[in-house]
Amino acid sequence: MASLGRMRGEVRMSLAEKLWQVNWSMVLLVTLLCGIGFSMLYSAANGSWDPWAMRQLVRFGIGLLLMIGAALVDIRHWMRLAYPIYFAALALLAAVDVVGADAMGAQRWLDLKVIQLQPSEIMKVALVLALARYFHGIGPEQIGRITVILAPLLLVVAPVLLVLKQPDLGTAIVLLASGGALFFLAGVRLWKFAAVLVLGLSAVPLGWHFLHGYQKARILTFLDPERDPLGTGYHILQSKIALGSGGILGKGFLEGTQSHLNFLPEKATDFVFTMLAEEFGIIGGLALLSLYVLLIIYGIAVALSARNQFGRLVAMGITITFFLYVFVNIAMVMGLIPVVGVPLPLVSYGGTALLSILFALGLVLSVYVHRDVRIGRRGVEGGL
Amino acid sequence: MQLDQFQSKQFGRRAAIIVGGQVVLLSALVARMYYLQVLQSEKYQTLAEDNRINLRLLPPPRGRILDRFGVPVALNRQNYRVVIVPEDAGDLAATLDRLARVIPLADAERRRVLRDAERKRAFVPITVRENLSWEEFARVEVNTPDLSGVRTEVGRSRFYPYGPTFAHMVGYVAVASDKELDGDPLLELPDFRIGKAGVEKVYDLALRGSAGTSQVEVNARGRVIRELARDEGDPGKDVTLSVDFGLQQFLTQRIANERSAAAVLMDPHTGEVLAMASTPSFEPNEFNEGLSSTRWQALTGDPLSPLTNKTIGGTFPPGSTFKVAVALAALESGAATPSTTVNCPGYLELGDTRFHCWKPSGHGLLDMHGGIKNSCDVYFYETARRTGVDRIADMARRLGMGQLTGIDLTGERPGLIPTRAWKRATLGQAWTQGETLVTGIGQGFVLTTPLQLALMLSRVVNGGKAVVPRIVRKPPEGDLIQASLAEGEPPPSLGISDASLQVLLSGMNAVVNEGGTAHGARITQPGMEMGGKSGTSQVRRITNAEREHKRRGPEDRPWRERDNALFIAYAPVQAPRYVCSIVIEHSGAGGSAAAAPIAHDLLIEAQTRDPLSGKPHEPVAGRVKPEVPS
Repeated sequence: MASLGRMRGEVRMSLAEKLWQVNWSMVLLVTLLCGIGFSMLYSAANGSWDPWAMRQLVRFGIGLLLMIGAALVDIRHWMRLAYPIYFAALALLAAVDVVGADAMGAQRWLDLKVIQLQPSEIMKVALVLALARYFHGIGPEQIGRITVILAPLLLVVAPVLLVLKQPDLGTAIVLLASGGALFFLAGVRLWKFAAVLVLGLSAVPLGWHFLHGYQKARILTFLDPERDPLGTGYHILQSKIALGSGGILGKGFLEGTQSHLNFLPEKATDFVFTMLAEEFGIIGGLALLSLYVLLIIYGIAVALSARNQFGRLVAMGITITFFLYVFVNIAMVMGLIPVVGVPLPLVSYGGTALLSILFALGLVLSVYVHRDVRIGRRGVEGGL
Repeated sequence: MQLDQFQSKQFGRRAAIIVGGQVVLLSALVARMYYLQVLQSEKYQTLAEDNRINLRLLPPPRGRILDRFGVPVALNRQNYRVVIVPEDAGDLAATLDRLARVIPLADAERRRVLRDAERKRAFVPITVRENLSWEEFARVEVNTPDLSGVRTEVGRSRFYPYGPTFAHMVGYVAVASDKELDGDPLLELPDFRIGKAGVEKVYDLALRGSAGTSQVEVNARGRVIRELARDEGDPGKDVTLSVDFGLQQFLTQRIANERSAAAVLMDPHTGEVLAMASTPSFEPNEFNEGLSSTRWQALTGDPLSPLTNKTIGGTFPPGSTFKVAVALAALESGAATPSTTVNCPGYLELGDTRFHCWKPSGHGLLDMHGGIKNSCDVYFYETARRTGVDRIADMARRLGMGQLTGIDLTGERPGLIPTRAWKRATLGQAWTQGETLVTGIGQGFVLTTPLQLALMLSRVVNGGKAVVPRIVRKPPEGDLIQASLAEGEPPPSLGISDASLQVLLSGMNAVVNEGGTAHGARITQPGMEMGGKSGTSQVRRITNAEREHKRRGPEDRPWRERDNALFIAYAPVQAPRYVCSIVIEHSGAGGSAAAAPIAHDLLIEAQTRDPLSGKPHEPVAGRVKPEVPS
């Protein structure tokens, strides 16, 4: 009778029912993507579980539990926790600015002794939660009012500024884009986006002034990669050589010369896709891309199946964020956009990123599990 | 739930727009992948291979230079060196301290190593010291466990075991200069040397061999990961000289006491040079290491020209040795016969100028035999006058003078045989008869090299055959220049009649053996007797005042103004097999007194050793430490 109860929109489900409702094929897909990640990290270390693959495997174990756990928590709890999570993430982000650890000239990490925390990764999820929470109860009569969109605008701008200060252009772009997408999905009028766009473009010269030297260099190098083949253009050029030389079938597992002879930089993190495409060719690259597309289709389907606006916005927002990760990373290593330092989700080495993505996907699963839960306009103040 | 329905509809529409955007972006990714990995793949494959594969040259071992019996006079010595790899050494200064306890290490060497370590990449080995002795090498080897990053290496460097003795003919090697770089990357290797002079230069290409290559895989920092392919190349080919090691040593030592002298010994029938010495000489091993500029300036600025091989690069007035050519010119042109007589009162008058004989009291009536035997200047003034300068010049050139002999060495100079046309062309003046007279006794404009004199005598004693002198007996395989000579084609005849040659042979026999000018230097051992012709050439004019008053002895004059002593000789007189020519610059004494005794000793030594018989006179193997194959 559990299914009947669900169809009636009733809210009580046993743990077993929830577990039954979890979209296990999506979990399998996620595991598959992470599995590709492990093998690439194994290859990046010249065929060794150290230093990356084994650690990533352990983190995946924790992340998997986190994901399932998140899926089982009632969607209304998440709605209630949305703002606390957001402000906690914001506080961590501010803390990075004060006591953060340096990595390659940028302050992105909080050293918590046990783990190295990267709050900007958490913020990507937290922002989606907070905006979804905000827009949940905003009807068409309110959305037209400027005052109504001022608050969520602040929710976006605050973390973007903090992230830019680190400086982390990639995350700032992802935050802006996913935030913008949520505004759009919530029904904000199109002309307002146009206005912001015009405003933004006119601010480009001013923004250029605030960019760090290496950021300027990356953008200039992107516009003309041959400008400095041994300096900043080196990464893009070597990445393109690795990709191109991979050809259709690739050089074979552990046989990528560009990767294994260290011509390819950052092969375990930002440039892991390049290594995959060098060793498995365009076939391997397309296969990975297909898995991502499948996962994104799942996410969109979950969003469309949800019968509450919060769930729709969370599922779609996370899916869009995930898509942005994939697109920005792959476009970057292929020289389509400047190198901005965005990891390839589920595959790149990195603890916080992996855990936040798995958690975020857990939220999507939770939206699916609780897709029939109806939440009133006023939200969840009244309790479950 | 009106709101939720509205939100759901709007969300659906707007989600569709976003999905549309995503499809566009994903298509861009796929298109880019197709472009890079399919369309441009070939280009990037090439770039990837360029990245990872380095071609390294393997310098070939240089061919050796051997004497006619196989004694190596230029070889490659193991060069034991100790290198340090900063990356593996840890604390470089401390490691150098420990190394200094094993082998002595100068402060300058330490500083250079530390400086290099900062400039080069950490895995590039830095040479700490080269040319270690075997003991030092072994000491480092034994201690390597305590010396992290320190390694011993064995390289090759050129070595001339006899140093100055063969320096002029063998030459030397050095790093190619910027001008010599011809695009061959081998020349740019820091350890590679090319021939700069002598046989090392003339046969450089054959001695070099061809470089091998090693294809190695390198990583982004240039470190070699592994060798992919290797082509060993061809080692340089050995070159065998015609020179006899023993005679060369003998001759070098025999003229070592002269300040400036040159001597050559050759086979008149084949043109093979058996010994060739020029004093002073130089140490060719110095050039391997790279000469300091002060040392180089000292060598090139030395007035005694130690770097010049004076047997081919020094030109001297031949003096009376030239009378051989004058006599032949007269006989062959019909200007004189063997019985033509000339009266010598001690001088010859031409217009109002007196041309003096070396014997002021005169020789009286002489035929040609007597003229040669006594080297009478008046006889040859008159003979030259009758023959004319152009016919003398013609004969001199036929005998090999006034032009490059074509010997396979560097630094040869042609000398000068004057003609009327030459004087008009270069000085713009008409030839005078007085100049013909002076030419008749090998003075004036005439300049010859010691080798040309030996060649002239060779062509006389071998029956008028146009032999060409050469220093390499067995040219390396495939050497086109020398291949034709090696074929052993008989040299063409010069067309000089036997009768004329016999007059000269009997005259030169008389010079030594019948109480002629060089009687004091005659060889008394039966069967070894030599014939020859002496020469004393003035390097400055004797003034009338000097002649009339007290003639100054040579010891009163500065060294540069003293006479040159010359002697050309052959032996044995019955069937000449060895020809030599000796020039002692500014000896002060005449040719018969200063140069003939050297010819005497050299020809006895040559006939005793008799290298032309085909066997080395005494075994020389064992004197040289043979090259250890690496």
